[in-house]
Amino acid sequence: MISYGNHRFPGKLFVVEGTDGSGKSTQLALLYQWLKAEGYPVFFSEWNSSPLVKNTTKRAKKRHLFTPATFSLLHATDFADRTERDIIPPLKAGAIVLADRYSYTAFARDVARGCEGEWVREVYKFAVKPNVAFFFRAPLDVAIDRIVSGRPHLKYYEAGMDMGWSSDSEESFTVFQGKILEEYDRMVDEFGLTVIDATRSIEQQQLEMRKIINQHLRRRRSKLH
Amino acid sequence: MGRSTHIALLRTWLESRGHAVLDTGMTRSVLAGRGIKEAKTGHTLGPLTMQLFYATDFIDRLEQEMLPALRSGFIVLTDRYIYSAMARAEVRGIDSAWIRSIYGMSLMPDDVFYLRIPSARQLVARVLSSGRRFDYWESGMDLHLGEDLYDSFIQYQTRMLKVFDRMSVEYKFHVMNASRSVRSVAADLRRSVAKVIDDPIAEGVSQTTIKTKPTSEPTPKQALVPSQEKLEKTAGH
Repeated sequence: MISYGNHRFPGKLFVVEGTDGSGKSTQLALLYQWLKAEGYPVFFSEWNSSPLVKNTTKRAKKRHLFTPATFSLLHATDFADRTERDIIPPLKAGAIVLADRYSYTAFARDVARGCEGEWVREVYKFAVKPNVAFFFRAPLDVAIDRIVSGRPHLKYYEAGMDMGWSSDSEESFTVFQGKILEEYDRMVDEFGLTVIDATRSIEQQQLEMRKIINQHLRRRRSKLH
Repeated sequence: MGRSTHIALLRTWLESRGHAVLDTGMTRSVLAGRGIKEAKTGHTLGPLTMQLFYATDFIDRLEQEMLPALRSGFIVLTDRYIYSAMARAEVRGIDSAWIRSIYGMSLMPDDVFYLRIPSARQLVARVLSSGRRFDYWESGMDLHLGEDLYDSFIQYQTRMLKVFDRMSVEYKFHVMNASRSVRSVAADLRRSVAKVIDDPIAEGVSQTTIKTKPTSEPTPKQALVPSQEKLEKTAGH
Protein backbone atom coordinates (compact mmCIF):
# COMPACT_ATOMS: atom_id res chain seq x y z
CA MET A 1 0.00 0.00 0.00
CA ILE A 2 1.30 3.42 -0.93
CA SER A 3 0.09 6.05 1.46
CA TYR A 4 2.67 8.27 3.01
CA GLY A 5 1.27 10.49 5.72
CA ASN A 6 3.80 11.33 8.44
CA HIS A 7 7.12 10.72 6.81
CA ARG A 8 10.18 9.12 8.34
CA PHE A 9 12.56 10.07 5.60
CA PRO A 10 15.86 11.65 6.62
CA GLY A 11 15.10 14.82 4.63
CA LYS A 12 12.82 17.72 5.53
CA LEU A 13 9.86 19.09 3.68
CA PHE A 14 8.86 22.74 4.00
CA VAL A 15 5.98 24.15 2.03
CA VAL A 16 4.51 27.59 1.44
CA GLU A 17 0.84 28.27 0.86
CA GLY A 18 -1.36 31.30 0.50
CA THR A 19 -3.52 33.18 -1.96
CA ASP A 20 -2.04 34.69 -5.08
CA GLY A 21 -0.19 37.86 -4.22
CA SER A 22 0.61 36.83 -0.65
CA GLY A 23 4.35 36.95 -1.34
CA LYS A 24 4.98 33.27 -0.62
CA SER A 25 7.13 32.60 -3.69
CA THR A 26 9.40 35.53 -2.87
CA GLN A 27 9.86 34.18 0.64
CA LEU A 28 10.58 30.68 -0.58
CA ALA A 29 13.22 31.94 -3.01
CA LEU A 30 14.96 33.75 -0.15
CA LEU A 31 14.81 30.65 1.95
CA TYR A 32 16.33 28.63 -0.85
CA GLN A 33 19.29 30.99 -1.12
CA TRP A 34 19.89 30.90 2.59
CA LEU A 35 19.76 27.10 2.91
CA LYS A 36 22.08 26.70 -0.07
CA ALA A 37 24.53 29.13 1.45
CA GLU A 38 24.37 27.14 4.69
CA GLY A 39 25.49 24.15 2.70
CA TYR A 40 22.32 22.04 2.71
CA PRO A 41 21.27 20.00 -0.28
CA VAL A 42 18.08 21.80 -1.30
CA PHE A 43 15.49 20.74 -3.80
CA PHE A 44 12.82 23.06 -5.11
CA SER A 45 9.43 21.88 -6.31
CA GLU A 46 6.59 23.97 -7.57
CA TRP A 47 2.89 23.56 -8.26
CA ASN A 48 1.92 22.49 -11.76
CA SER A 49 5.38 21.43 -12.79
CA SER A 50 5.05 17.80 -13.83
CA PRO A 51 6.63 17.25 -17.24
CA LEU A 52 4.13 14.44 -17.88
CA VAL A 53 1.02 16.48 -17.20
CA LYS A 54 2.04 19.97 -18.31
CA ASN A 55 0.84 19.76 -21.92
CA THR A 56 -2.53 18.36 -20.94
CA THR A 57 -3.13 21.12 -18.41
CA LYS A 58 -2.05 23.79 -20.84
CA ARG A 59 -4.33 22.52 -23.57
CA ALA A 60 -7.28 22.08 -21.22
CA LYS A 61 -6.92 25.59 -19.88
CA LYS A 62 -6.68 27.06 -23.32
CA ARG A 63 -9.71 25.19 -24.62
CA HIS A 64 -11.72 25.47 -21.38
CA LEU A 65 -12.12 21.71 -21.07
CA PHE A 66 -12.21 21.49 -17.30
CA THR A 67 -15.09 20.85 -14.95
CA PRO A 68 -14.37 21.30 -11.23
CA ALA A 69 -13.92 17.53 -10.83
CA THR A 70 -11.49 17.08 -13.72
CA PHE A 71 -9.66 20.29 -12.80
CA SER A 72 -9.14 18.75 -9.39
CA LEU A 73 -8.09 15.34 -10.68
CA LEU A 74 -5.63 16.60 -13.27
CA HIS A 75 -3.96 18.81 -10.68
CA ALA A 76 -3.80 15.81 -8.37
CA THR A 77 -2.14 13.87 -11.20
CA ASP A 78 0.43 16.63 -11.52
CA PHE A 79 0.97 16.61 -7.79
CA ALA A 80 1.36 12.81 -7.76
CA ASP A 81 4.10 13.06 -10.36
CA ARG A 82 5.81 15.75 -8.28
CA THR A 83 5.53 13.51 -5.25
CA GLU A 84 6.93 10.43 -6.96
CA ARG A 85 9.62 12.31 -8.88
CA ASP A 86 10.64 15.43 -6.96
CA ILE A 87 9.59 14.97 -3.37
CA ILE A 88 10.08 11.41 -2.18
CA PRO A 89 13.46 10.63 -3.77
CA PRO A 90 15.20 13.79 -2.42
CA LEU A 91 13.59 13.28 1.00
CA LYS A 92 14.89 9.74 1.07
CA ALA A 93 18.29 11.05 0.08
CA GLY A 94 18.24 13.43 3.04
CA ALA A 95 17.71 16.68 1.15
CA ILE A 96 15.59 19.64 2.13
CA VAL A 97 12.63 19.94 -0.18
CA LEU A 98 10.97 23.32 -0.59
CA ALA A 99 7.54 23.25 -2.17
CA ASP A 100 5.80 26.27 -3.60
CA ARG A 101 2.15 25.30 -3.06
CA TYR A 102 1.13 21.90 -1.85
CA SER A 103 -2.02 19.84 -1.39
CA TYR A 104 -3.60 22.67 0.62
CA THR A 105 -3.80 24.71 -2.57
CA ALA A 106 -6.05 22.03 -4.01
CA PHE A 107 -8.12 21.84 -0.85
CA ALA A 108 -8.68 25.60 -0.99
CA ARG A 109 -9.25 26.03 -4.73
CA ASP A 110 -11.21 22.89 -5.50
CA VAL A 111 -13.54 23.37 -2.58
CA ALA A 112 -13.99 27.02 -3.56
CA ARG A 113 -15.05 25.59 -6.94
CA GLY A 114 -17.66 23.42 -5.29
CA CYS A 115 -15.90 20.06 -4.95
CA GLU A 116 -16.54 18.25 -1.71
CA GLY A 117 -13.78 18.87 0.82
CA GLU A 118 -13.80 15.30 2.00
CA TRP A 119 -13.38 13.91 -1.50
CA VAL A 120 -10.49 16.23 -2.38
CA ARG A 121 -8.70 15.35 0.85
CA GLU A 122 -9.12 11.67 0.05
CA VAL A 123 -7.70 12.10 -3.45
CA TYR A 124 -4.56 13.68 -1.97
CA LYS A 125 -4.15 11.11 0.76
CA PHE A 126 -0.83 9.98 -0.70
CA ALA A 127 0.78 13.36 -0.01
CA VAL A 128 3.79 13.38 2.30
CA LYS A 129 3.04 15.44 5.38
CA PRO A 130 5.28 18.52 5.44
CA ASN A 131 7.51 19.25 8.43
CA VAL A 132 6.25 22.80 8.31
CA ALA A 133 3.52 24.28 6.15
CA PHE A 134 3.63 28.08 6.12
CA PHE A 135 0.48 29.93 5.29
CA PHE A 136 1.10 33.49 4.15
CA ARG A 137 -1.97 35.31 5.19
CA ALA A 138 -2.73 38.58 3.47
CA PRO A 139 -6.09 40.35 3.77
CA LEU A 140 -8.16 39.95 0.64
CA ASP A 141 -7.84 43.54 -0.58
CA VAL A 142 -4.07 43.53 -0.20
CA ALA A 143 -3.65 40.29 -2.15
CA ILE A 144 -6.01 41.36 -4.89
CA ASP A 145 -4.33 44.70 -5.23
CA ARG A 146 -0.91 43.06 -5.63
CA ILE A 147 -2.15 40.74 -8.39
CA VAL A 148 -4.38 43.07 -10.30
CA SER A 149 -1.83 45.88 -10.40
CA GLY A 150 0.96 43.53 -11.45
CA ARG A 151 -0.76 41.81 -14.36
CA PRO A 152 -2.21 42.96 -17.65
CA HIS A 153 -5.11 40.53 -17.43
CA LEU A 154 -6.35 37.64 -15.33
CA LYS A 155 -6.51 34.17 -16.82
CA TYR A 156 -9.80 32.31 -17.17
CA TYR A 157 -9.40 29.62 -14.51
CA GLU A 158 -7.22 31.80 -12.32
CA ALA A 159 -10.10 34.25 -12.06
CA GLY A 160 -12.60 31.42 -11.53
CA MET A 161 -14.45 32.46 -14.68
CA ASP A 162 -15.54 28.85 -15.20
CA MET A 163 -17.87 29.20 -12.23
CA GLY A 164 -19.99 31.94 -13.73
CA TRP A 165 -19.92 34.10 -10.61
CA SER A 166 -19.44 37.20 -12.69
CA SER A 167 -18.70 38.06 -16.29
CA ASP A 168 -16.17 40.61 -15.13
CA SER A 169 -12.86 38.87 -14.54
CA GLU A 170 -11.71 41.14 -11.77
CA GLU A 171 -14.97 40.77 -9.92
CA SER A 172 -14.95 37.00 -10.40
CA PHE A 173 -11.36 36.87 -9.18
CA THR A 174 -12.34 38.74 -6.04
CA VAL A 175 -15.18 36.34 -5.28
CA PHE A 176 -12.94 33.34 -5.96
CA GLN A 177 -10.05 34.60 -3.83
CA GLY A 178 -12.46 35.37 -1.00
CA LYS A 179 -13.70 31.78 -1.00
CA ILE A 180 -10.14 30.48 -1.19
CA LEU A 181 -9.09 32.58 1.77
CA GLU A 182 -12.00 31.23 3.78
CA GLU A 183 -10.87 27.68 3.03
CA TYR A 184 -7.30 28.47 4.04
CA ASP A 185 -8.47 29.94 7.32
CA ARG A 186 -10.44 26.78 8.00
CA MET A 187 -7.33 24.67 7.35
CA VAL A 188 -5.10 26.45 9.86
CA ASP A 189 -6.38 24.32 12.73
CA GLU A 190 -7.21 21.25 10.69
CA PHE A 191 -3.64 20.82 9.43
CA GLY A 192 -1.69 22.94 11.89
CA LEU A 193 -0.55 25.46 9.30
CA THR A 194 2.00 28.00 10.50
CA VAL A 195 0.53 31.42 9.81
CA ILE A 196 2.83 34.19 8.65
CA ASP A 197 1.44 37.70 8.58
CA ALA A 198 2.08 38.64 4.96
CA THR A 199 1.51 42.35 5.55
CA ARG A 200 4.77 42.76 7.44
CA SER A 201 8.06 43.61 5.73
CA ILE A 202 9.74 40.99 3.58
CA GLU A 203 12.72 40.93 5.96
CA GLN A 204 10.59 40.37 9.05
CA GLN A 205 8.72 37.50 7.43
CA GLN A 206 11.94 35.88 6.28
CA LEU A 207 13.47 36.16 9.70
CA GLU A 208 10.50 34.44 11.27
CA MET A 209 10.60 31.63 8.72
CA ARG A 210 14.31 31.05 9.25
CA LYS A 211 13.82 30.88 13.01
CA ILE A 212 11.18 28.21 12.66
CA ILE A 213 13.11 26.22 10.11
CA ASN A 214 16.27 26.41 12.18
CA GLN A 215 14.52 24.55 14.98
CA HIS A 216 13.86 21.65 12.64
CA LEU A 217 17.36 21.61 11.29
CA ARG A 218 19.04 21.88 14.68
CA ARG A 219 17.03 18.97 15.93
CA ARG A 220 18.22 17.01 12.97
CA ARG A 221 21.87 17.96 13.48
CA SER A 222 21.85 16.92 17.10
CA LYS A 223 20.24 13.64 16.13
CA LEU A 224 22.95 12.97 13.59
CA HIS A 225 25.88 13.62 15.95
CA MET B 1 -9.96 -10.76 -25.61
CA GLY B 2 -11.47 -8.96 -28.57
CA ARG B 3 -13.14 -6.24 -26.56
CA SER B 4 -13.09 -3.68 -29.33
CA THR B 5 -14.30 -6.21 -31.91
CA HIS B 6 -17.25 -7.08 -29.72
CA ILE B 7 -18.11 -3.49 -28.94
CA ALA B 8 -18.11 -2.68 -32.66
CA LEU B 9 -20.37 -5.66 -33.36
CA LEU B 10 -22.71 -4.76 -30.53
CA ARG B 11 -22.93 -1.19 -31.66
CA THR B 12 -23.87 -2.13 -35.20
CA TRP B 13 -26.43 -4.57 -33.95
CA LEU B 14 -27.98 -2.12 -31.49
CA GLU B 15 -28.14 0.64 -34.08
CA SER B 16 -29.75 -1.66 -36.58
CA ARG B 17 -32.45 -2.26 -34.01
CA GLY B 18 -32.98 1.45 -33.59
CA HIS B 19 -31.05 2.16 -30.43
CA ALA B 20 -28.76 5.15 -30.20
CA VAL B 21 -25.34 4.13 -28.97
CA LEU B 22 -22.37 5.92 -27.54
CA ASP B 23 -19.20 3.94 -27.37
CA THR B 24 -16.24 5.03 -25.38
CA GLY B 25 -13.22 3.52 -23.72
CA MET B 26 -10.21 4.04 -21.54
CA THR B 27 -7.84 6.84 -22.61
CA ARG B 28 -10.30 8.19 -25.15
CA SER B 29 -11.16 11.41 -23.32
CA VAL B 30 -10.66 14.75 -25.02
CA LEU B 31 -9.04 16.06 -21.88
CA ALA B 32 -6.49 13.44 -20.92
CA GLY B 33 -6.33 10.78 -23.65
CA ARG B 34 -3.44 12.25 -25.52
CA GLY B 35 -1.54 13.11 -22.35
CA ILE B 36 -1.78 9.53 -21.08
CA LYS B 37 -0.51 8.16 -24.37
CA GLU B 38 2.40 10.60 -24.31
CA ALA B 39 3.20 9.76 -20.71
CA LYS B 40 3.26 6.07 -21.59
CA THR B 41 5.82 6.48 -24.32
CA GLY B 42 8.41 7.08 -21.62
CA HIS B 43 9.13 4.96 -18.59
CA THR B 44 8.81 7.55 -15.88
CA LEU B 45 5.12 7.29 -15.16
CA GLY B 46 4.81 6.37 -11.49
CA PRO B 47 1.94 4.25 -10.14
CA LEU B 48 0.12 7.07 -8.32
CA THR B 49 0.45 9.45 -11.24
CA MET B 50 -0.80 6.76 -13.58
CA GLN B 51 -3.87 6.09 -11.46
CA LEU B 52 -4.82 9.73 -11.21
CA PHE B 53 -4.24 10.35 -14.90
CA TYR B 54 -6.61 7.48 -15.68
CA ALA B 55 -9.12 8.79 -13.18
CA THR B 56 -9.02 12.19 -14.88
CA ASP B 57 -9.63 10.50 -18.21
CA PHE B 58 -12.52 8.52 -16.78
CA ILE B 59 -14.28 11.41 -15.05
CA ASP B 60 -13.93 13.57 -18.15
CA ARG B 61 -15.65 10.89 -20.23
CA LEU B 62 -18.23 10.32 -17.53
CA GLU B 63 -19.18 13.98 -17.24
CA GLN B 64 -18.81 15.02 -20.84
CA GLU B 65 -19.92 11.91 -22.71
CA MET B 66 -21.51 9.13 -20.72
CA LEU B 67 -23.87 11.08 -18.47
CA PRO B 68 -25.18 13.37 -21.21
CA ALA B 69 -25.71 10.33 -23.44
CA LEU B 70 -27.55 8.40 -20.74
CA ARG B 71 -29.70 11.42 -20.01
CA SER B 72 -30.79 11.57 -23.61
CA GLY B 73 -31.63 7.89 -23.73
CA PHE B 74 -28.52 6.47 -25.38
CA ILE B 75 -27.09 3.09 -24.63
CA VAL B 76 -23.51 3.52 -23.52
CA LEU B 77 -20.95 0.85 -24.31
CA THR B 78 -17.62 1.33 -22.69
CA ASP B 79 -14.48 -0.61 -23.39
CA ARG B 80 -13.30 -1.03 -19.80
CA TYR B 81 -14.71 0.89 -16.90
CA ILE B 82 -13.37 1.59 -13.46
CA TYR B 83 -12.62 -2.07 -12.77
CA SER B 84 -9.58 -2.24 -15.03
CA ALA B 85 -8.15 0.79 -13.32
CA MET B 86 -8.87 -0.72 -9.93
CA ALA B 87 -7.23 -4.00 -10.89
CA ARG B 88 -4.11 -2.30 -12.16
CA ALA B 89 -3.90 -0.29 -8.99
CA GLU B 90 -4.26 -3.34 -6.82
CA VAL B 91 -1.58 -5.26 -8.69
CA ARG B 92 0.69 -2.27 -8.08
CA GLY B 93 0.11 -2.32 -4.36
CA ILE B 94 -1.98 0.81 -4.18
CA ASP B 95 -4.50 1.19 -1.40
CA SER B 96 -7.77 -0.07 -2.88
CA ALA B 97 -9.92 2.01 -0.54
CA TRP B 98 -8.21 5.09 -1.96
CA ILE B 99 -8.93 4.09 -5.55
CA ARG B 100 -12.53 3.29 -4.75
CA SER B 101 -13.16 6.65 -3.18
CA ILE B 102 -11.64 8.44 -6.15
CA TYR B 103 -14.06 6.62 -8.42
CA GLY B 104 -16.84 7.03 -5.88
CA MET B 105 -18.74 9.36 -8.17
CA SER B 106 -19.07 6.83 -10.97
CA LEU B 107 -22.28 5.03 -11.87
CA MET B 108 -22.87 1.36 -11.33
CA PRO B 109 -23.21 -0.12 -14.82
CA ASP B 110 -26.36 -2.00 -15.74
CA ASP B 111 -24.17 -4.95 -16.65
CA VAL B 112 -20.48 -5.70 -16.76
CA PHE B 113 -19.36 -8.32 -19.28
CA TYR B 114 -16.11 -9.91 -18.33
CA LEU B 115 -14.55 -11.46 -21.41
CA ARG B 116 -12.45 -13.99 -19.64
CA ILE B 117 -9.36 -15.72 -20.97
CA PRO B 118 -8.43 -18.46 -18.53
CA SER B 119 -4.65 -18.05 -18.47
CA ALA B 120 -1.83 -15.66 -19.22
CA ARG B 121 -0.43 -18.16 -21.72
CA GLN B 122 -3.59 -18.04 -23.76
CA LEU B 123 -3.33 -14.28 -23.70
CA VAL B 124 0.18 -14.56 -25.08
CA ALA B 125 -1.16 -16.62 -27.97
CA ARG B 126 -3.59 -13.80 -28.69
CA VAL B 127 -0.89 -11.15 -28.62
CA LEU B 128 1.21 -13.19 -31.02
CA SER B 129 -1.58 -13.98 -33.45
CA SER B 130 -2.63 -10.35 -33.57
CA GLY B 131 0.86 -9.43 -34.76
CA ARG B 132 1.24 -6.86 -32.01
CA ARG B 133 4.35 -6.59 -29.92
CA PHE B 134 4.44 -7.07 -26.19
CA ASP B 135 3.63 -3.70 -24.73
CA TYR B 136 5.73 -2.32 -21.87
CA TRP B 137 2.73 -1.47 -19.68
CA GLU B 138 0.58 -4.46 -20.62
CA SER B 139 3.52 -6.55 -19.54
CA GLY B 140 3.73 -4.69 -16.25
CA MET B 141 7.40 -3.91 -16.87
CA ASP B 142 7.19 -1.06 -14.35
CA LEU B 143 6.80 -3.71 -11.66
CA HIS B 144 10.08 -5.46 -12.47
CA LEU B 145 8.49 -8.89 -12.30
CA GLY B 146 10.59 -10.66 -14.87
CA GLU B 147 13.73 -10.53 -16.90
CA ASP B 148 12.10 -9.63 -20.18
CA LEU B 149 8.78 -8.63 -21.67
CA TYR B 150 7.60 -12.21 -21.97
CA ASP B 151 8.35 -13.27 -18.40
CA SER B 152 6.97 -10.06 -17.06
CA PHE B 153 3.82 -10.36 -19.18
CA ILE B 154 3.08 -13.83 -17.80
CA GLN B 155 3.62 -12.74 -14.21
CA TYR B 156 1.68 -9.54 -14.56
CA GLN B 157 -1.29 -10.93 -16.46
CA THR B 158 -1.54 -13.86 -14.06
CA ARG B 159 -1.87 -11.39 -11.20
CA MET B 160 -4.38 -9.32 -13.13
CA LEU B 161 -6.45 -12.40 -13.85
CA LYS B 162 -6.55 -13.27 -10.19
CA VAL B 163 -7.75 -9.79 -9.27
CA PHE B 164 -10.38 -9.78 -12.02
CA ASP B 165 -11.66 -13.18 -10.93
CA ARG B 166 -12.07 -11.92 -7.41
CA MET B 167 -13.73 -8.71 -8.55
CA SER B 168 -16.08 -10.66 -10.79
CA VAL B 169 -17.68 -12.12 -7.68
CA GLU B 170 -17.64 -8.91 -5.67
CA TYR B 171 -19.15 -6.77 -8.43
CA LYS B 172 -21.24 -9.53 -10.03
CA PHE B 173 -19.60 -9.45 -13.43
CA HIS B 174 -21.29 -11.34 -16.18
CA VAL B 175 -18.48 -13.79 -16.95
CA MET B 176 -18.12 -14.88 -20.57
CA ASN B 177 -15.72 -17.44 -21.83
CA ALA B 178 -13.79 -15.47 -24.43
CA SER B 179 -11.79 -18.45 -25.70
CA ARG B 180 -14.71 -19.34 -27.93
CA SER B 181 -15.25 -18.13 -31.48
CA VAL B 182 -16.07 -14.45 -32.02
CA ARG B 183 -19.43 -15.54 -33.39
CA SER B 184 -20.49 -17.40 -30.33
CA VAL B 185 -19.28 -14.75 -27.88
CA ALA B 186 -21.06 -12.09 -29.94
CA ALA B 187 -24.31 -14.03 -29.88
CA ASP B 188 -24.02 -14.41 -26.15
CA LEU B 189 -23.39 -10.70 -25.72
CA ARG B 190 -26.38 -9.78 -27.86
CA ARG B 191 -28.67 -12.01 -25.85
CA SER B 192 -27.45 -10.56 -22.57
CA VAL B 193 -27.64 -6.97 -23.73
CA ALA B 194 -31.13 -7.53 -25.09
CA LYS B 195 -32.24 -8.63 -21.65
CA VAL B 196 -30.81 -5.53 -19.99
CA ILE B 197 -32.42 -3.12 -22.43
CA ASP B 198 -35.67 -5.04 -22.60
CA ASP B 199 -35.39 -5.74 -26.29
CA PRO B 200 -37.89 -8.37 -27.50
CA ILE B 201 -35.06 -10.54 -28.77
CA ALA B 202 -34.64 -11.57 -25.17
CA GLU B 203 -37.88 -13.50 -25.27
CA GLY B 204 -36.92 -15.02 -28.54
CA VAL B 205 -39.69 -13.14 -30.33
CA SER B 206 -38.77 -12.37 -33.88
CA GLN B 207 -40.51 -9.24 -34.95
CA THR B 208 -39.70 -6.13 -36.84
CA THR B 209 -41.10 -3.62 -34.40
CA ILE B 210 -38.37 -1.70 -32.76
CA LYS B 211 -38.56 -1.20 -29.07
CA THR B 212 -36.29 1.48 -27.81
CA LYS B 213 -35.10 2.02 -24.34
CA PRO B 214 -37.25 4.61 -22.57
CA THR B 215 -35.81 8.03 -23.16
CA SER B 216 -36.55 9.30 -19.70
CA GLU B 217 -33.86 9.94 -17.14
CA PRO B 218 -31.66 6.86 -16.80
CA THR B 219 -32.16 4.87 -13.67
CA PRO B 220 -28.62 3.86 -13.01
CA LYS B 221 -28.38 1.27 -10.35
CA GLN B 222 -26.59 2.42 -7.31
CA ALA B 223 -23.18 3.98 -7.78
CA LEU B 224 -20.11 2.42 -6.28
CA VAL B 225 -20.03 4.53 -3.18
CA PRO B 226 -22.19 7.60 -3.41
CA SER B 227 -24.78 8.31 -6.02
CA GLN B 228 -25.17 10.60 -8.92
CA GLU B 229 -26.08 13.43 -6.61
CA LYS B 230 -22.61 13.17 -5.21
CA LEU B 231 -21.19 13.67 -8.66
CA GLU B 232 -23.28 16.73 -9.25
CA LYS B 233 -22.23 18.10 -5.91
CA THR B 234 -18.58 17.29 -6.37
CA ALA B 235 -18.62 18.60 -9.86
CA GLY B 236 -20.33 21.71 -8.67
CA HIS B 237 -23.18 21.52 -11.17
